[in-house]
Amino acid sequence: MSARSNILNKLRTGLAGSIPRPDDFDERLVTEPWQYAPEDRIMRLRNLMEGVHTEIHQVSSDNWPEKVAAILAKRGLGNLLHAPATAHGQQLAEYLQQSDSSVQLLAYDRPVEEWKEELFWQVDASITGTVGAIAATGSLVLWPDRHEPRLMSLLPPLHIALLKASEIEDNLYAMMQRQNWSEGLPTNLLLVSGPSKTADIEQVLAYGAHGPKELVVLILEDA
Amino acid sequence: MSELFYDAAPNATRVAPERPGPRHYPAKPREVILFGTCVVDLFFPEAGLDAIRLLEREGVRVHFPEGQSCCGQPAWTSGYAAEAREVARAQLAILDADMPVVVPSGSCAGMFCQHYRELFADEPDTLKRVESLAERTFELTEFLLNVCQVEWQDLGEPTRIALHTSCSARREMNTHLHARELLGKLSNVERVDHDHESECCGFGGTFSVRMPEVSGAMVMDKTQSLMACGADEMVTADGGCLMNINGSLDKQQQTFRGRHLASFLWERVSGEGKV
Amino acid sequence: MSQRIPVTELTGGFRDRAEVALADGQLRTNFRTAMDSLMKKRADAFPDEEEREGLRELGNRTKARALSRLPDLLEQLETKLTDNGVKVHWAETTEQANEIVHGIIQARQGSQVVKGKSMVSEEMEMNDYLAERGVECLESDMGEYIVQLDGEKPSHIIIPAIHKNRRQVSKLFHDKLGVAETDDVNELIQIGRKTLRRKFMEADVGVSGVNFAIAETGTLLLVENEGNGRMSTTAPPVHIAVTGIEKVVENLRDVVPLLSLLTRSALGQPITTYVNMISGPRKADELDGPEEVHLVLLDNGRSGAFADAQMRQTLNCIRCGACMNHCPVYTRVGGHTYGEVYPGPIGKIVTPHMVGLHQVPDHPSASSLCGACGDVCPVKIPIPELLQRLRQENVKSPAEGPKVKDGGAKYSRKERLIWRFWRTLNSTPALYRLFLWGATRFRKLTPKHVGPWTDNHSAPVPAKRSLHDLAREHLARNGGQ
Repeated sequence: MSARSNILNKLRTGLAGSIPRPDDFDERLVTEPWQYAPEDRIMRLRNLMEGVHTEIHQVSSDNWPEKVAAILAKRGLGNLLHAPATAHGQQLAEYLQQSDSSVQLLAYDRPVEEWKEELFWQVDASITGTVGAIAATGSLVLWPDRHEPRLMSLLPPLHIALLKASEIEDNLYAMMQRQNWSEGLPTNLLLVSGPSKTADIEQVLAYGAHGPKELVVLILEDA
Repeated sequence: MSELFYDAAPNATRVAPERPGPRHYPAKPREVILFGTCVVDLFFPEAGLDAIRLLEREGVRVHFPEGQSCCGQPAWTSGYAAEAREVARAQLAILDADMPVVVPSGSCAGMFCQHYRELFADEPDTLKRVESLAERTFELTEFLLNVCQVEWQDLGEPTRIALHTSCSARREMNTHLHARELLGKLSNVERVDHDHESECCGFGGTFSVRMPEVSGAMVMDKTQSLMACGADEMVTADGGCLMNINGSLDKQQQTFRGRHLASFLWERVSGEGKV
Repeated sequence: MSQRIPVTELTGGFRDRAEVALADGQLRTNFRTAMDSLMKKRADAFPDEEEREGLRELGNRTKARALSRLPDLLEQLETKLTDNGVKVHWAETTEQANEIVHGIIQARQGSQVVKGKSMVSEEMEMNDYLAERGVECLESDMGEYIVQLDGEKPSHIIIPAIHKNRRQVSKLFHDKLGVAETDDVNELIQIGRKTLRRKFMEADVGVSGVNFAIAETGTLLLVENEGNGRMSTTAPPVHIAVTGIEKVVENLRDVVPLLSLLTRSALGQPITTYVNMISGPRKADELDGPEEVHLVLLDNGRSGAFADAQMRQTLNCIRCGACMNHCPVYTRVGGHTYGEVYPGPIGKIVTPHMVGLHQVPDHPSASSLCGACGDVCPVKIPIPELLQRLRQENVKSPAEGPKVKDGGAKYSRKERLIWRFWRTLNSTPALYRLFLWGATRFRKLTPKHVGPWTDNHSAPVPAKRSLHDLAREHLARNGGQ
């Protein structure tokens, strides 16, 4: 008898003669308290994310690359990990080239094993897209893929995220429904709600535990 | 749809019981039974008598069946269900009357209203009488406030009072607010909050003798907090807490003391002064 | 300054350890401050009573639904995960679970493991098991890292180093890592970050727990604030997740209320910094992520709790820690006093099923039944009711067939006889009144020391006359009775 069959048998014996409970999920309880007028969504998102040290700028689809350059310059950062195969990656690359920027653009274009040391220690910042955000909890939604892999938004001390204003949902349930998550989830789906933090010492909040110490969100108001 | 779901199987997966709605209180009855509780019987009998006086003042006739003893809680919380059940059975018989039962203790009222159901879960016939008792059992403060709807004049001197509410009163009988409201009706009484007001005093019945180290730390913190809040004295509607807190204060040789709420209220509304 | 014996080095039972903890002023202060802060955080996160209670009820029903279908859901989870490329393993005991984990590591010839937070791995004592076999297993959650460095066990399930203040951490880092002492919490965290980053990079295997395992989609959901969970489950080439069999939920949407209840109940947060949903290993066209993902499902006594409908509710637990944050006992003695993996109220009701009542005979009675825990449990586990039940199981004779592992640990013929005597006294009115008469008549003979009661109280002296007496007299006078 395997552990598997032993465990399942014990559980089935415990339930013998009883019937499963019905599905009485009540979506109102997870949606009604968490609904916002469209014009309030950004404000709610900002309040929550800024409350945990996220830096947020409202920009346009045209001028956001300028903002990125300014953010990097202010911190004196030398390189930026981007995804050249994405539209936003290309838009940024073009801008930086035209503006004669000294920022070195890196690409995550080979498996992590081939450049681990550099990726872990020498990348100053990364920029990725998002698939939306959740106003109720102040959370970005990331679907890492081959262009913007999982470690891209985790390793560099600064992570810049592009968010389209139209993709901000009220709450997690609405997001799941709108994007039909249960039909198929990616290898890794992430909700990111601020820079990395911990309160493990005396419950004093400290940022930059293992993930990025800084998170910057650029909200494209017209997208 | 889920309200219609019912699985009678004894091993059916359980959900938490529905939140009880606000209690419906009857009109003031002509007569009640007073269940004194064993702690009051032996250690604070004057408080029991004051409870009777408070009820009689409202024109309610009080019966005190001689056969009553203990609600059964000490055995119940010690894990001796069979022994608790027999004592509970005796009380059920004694309290079997068509009138409310008033109890000057949140924990004993809680036994009648909540735990007797668990004790007799396997006796459907007895459960009917248990339901009847649960339905007509009232903790003293809720009875005075919501059934008698007392109107009081405060005949006492200005004083500052700390109120300690027992965990059972708070969580099983939901009556922690009733005591506050009753005190609020006394114009010369100022109620002051003490630090960590809602925290347990450490009595827990047999907990105080099984785990005296932890219980002792809890009652020490509670007494410190009560003494530090600026009150002249403490009142509580639960004899167990009173015994615990006063016993600790006495051992610490403090002058600060607590009284049963019934005695305090009687003194204030009757003008009879402290005994 | 007297020599302080670390609580974890004490043998003896709950009471011995409690006594040491109660005398430790620093510990008491640390815990009181921390618990007060956590209680306030939770209260602030649930300002609307109607919303809070409605969500708790939904959480309770959602877990009950999952438990009512547990074996089917486990099979569905296994199928979906397997379809997704995750290997699923089953372990009845912690020994089996350790063997499975070690086997996976050995197959990769691994020697370095980095671990995200996992209470189940504490149940397994996995770090020790692996260390004995030449595999280094390093905790990466800051709090766990700190306690591991100090050779201690965690004292709280969410904030493992809650019993330490910054000075103690600073001294620890100085002693063990050779860095300069500092009062600055930020600096201390950066020290931890640097030390652990290399480990993430070099580890052969990453181990994590699971907060929710979703049967519908074959997904493992993990929550965290630090990022070490994402690191442990993404950077090393192998990811092993270990979890209890009760962590599976039916549908993806079921995590919505449970996630909100968890983060708000634990730390008063609307959500954790990261919610990490893993549905498989690295795909062919992906550039990072583990090549192998494993899930180990551990029983370790949970099926025992499951067998009884009342005690099955113990398995609703989503490991938020709210119960211990609100517990007046836990606040005063801290987590180590419980001597086991799970402290506080949840620890008291789940540990007997895992290790047997003989190992934790005092657990059921280490509570005043104040009920603060039951009030705040996000999934409405009736903790006081379950403590009561365990007390009954604890005093059963072998003939009565206790339903909990090693039940009857506190069976005592003597105590049973005392309660039988008490029963006779209280169910025979004439005897009870005789007792009242004797106690009041001979009140002056009350001894000064009445067992443990007089440790903390002056001896209780009966009144001069009982209420029975006073009431009879009063009612006779007033024409009552």
